[in-house]
Amino acid sequence: MTDTVVTDTVVTDTVSTAEVAPPDSVAPPDSRESPPDARGGPPPPLEFSIVPVRGLPIVAILLIGLIVAIGTNNLWALDFFHVGGGGLWTSIDLFLGLIIGPILGRLSIPARVEFTVRFMPKMLLIMPTLVAMTLGAGFQLARHVGNLDASYPHHGWLVASYIIVGVMAVIALGLLEPANLAVLFELKKPRPNGERIGRLMKIFVYTAGITGVMQIATIFIMTFLASR
Amino acid sequence: MSTATDQLRPEPDEVDLRQASLPPVARLATLTLALVVAGGIWMAAHYDHHATLVPAVVLAVAGGVVLVANAVLLSRIPAFAWDVFFRVFGWALLAYLVIAGILEYVFIFDHTPSRQLALFSVMLALFAVNVPMLLAFSVARYQPVPD
Repeated sequence: MTDTVVTDTVVTDTVSTAEVAPPDSVAPPDSRESPPDARGGPPPPLEFSIVPVRGLPIVAILLIGLIVAIGTNNLWALDFFHVGGGGLWTSIDLFLGLIIGPILGRLSIPARVEFTVRFMPKMLLIMPTLVAMTLGAGFQLARHVGNLDASYPHHGWLVASYIIVGVMAVIALGLLEPANLAVLFELKKPRPNGERIGRLMKIFVYTAGITGVMQIATIFIMTFLASR
Repeated sequence: MSTATDQLRPEPDEVDLRQASLPPVARLATLTLALVVAGGIWMAAHYDHHATLVPAVVLAVAGGVVLVANAVLLSRIPAFAWDVFFRVFGWALLAYLVIAGILEYVFIFDHTPSRQLALFSVMLALFAVNVPMLLAFSVARYQPVPD
């Protein structure tokens, strides 16, 4: 149902903005130094890396740190990965869905493409890493301090947070990540489809906003539990 | 200067027209994901308890059945960008095996009881295969089909 709504609202918008886009403003970030297309051949496809290789060592360091934190049951390290990861996950989702999303929706398609080419590959590394950090450290932290036990007086609140995170995971992995990847591969084509990119970007931004709002509920529960 | 973004197609193309003929792989994969996540929530909620595992087993079996049915539907697509599909599937599988491996490590490290560990492992395996399949399909469905 979400797909249908998004599709219905974006088609007119993207087509109209494409028609008024100034031709000189559409040079993609990595093709400005390309030779002019003087012979009238097909335009060069955008050159960018779908997975930013330079970010992989940072991801590896964080995941190794997470494994060490779990392996040593170090309370500070578990707190660091759980609170730090969860805070960044929430902030990025909210900022993307409520601030960047509406701005992006008002940009011309070439501007959206330029932003997307620079932005989406980074999200492909950042979000799964933050999710792994938050959930992995969070589960171990809860087990370490005894919150998983049936005797824990606020066990029901913890289960409520599982349900919220579960719904967020289904939205993120079922809609958000597929849209993210599909946009990047579309942009790799010699002639990307602007309508399709607009539709997929809306799915990405809307789902990021929805998960961001759901994160607020998680923050309520987590801060409540931490203060007991 | 003419660039790729100059020639963005604002209108539906042949790839869009092909979408209606594709099986509901993305929806079924999301259903599998929801079943596995629901099973995981049940397990986590009863982690240190002696509660029945039957609901989690039912959810895992249902998730597995939907995953297999989805793979069959996917394999029957006559014309598809399989090269792109398997390229994305391979890399995504590697990434999600790492994530599933970290979670499995947590469960083993915590001396999770064997029956619960076995069920967690099955769910993680379903998760690690299902998500890459969903990602690969979501990309390949919009790619041109080779002649």
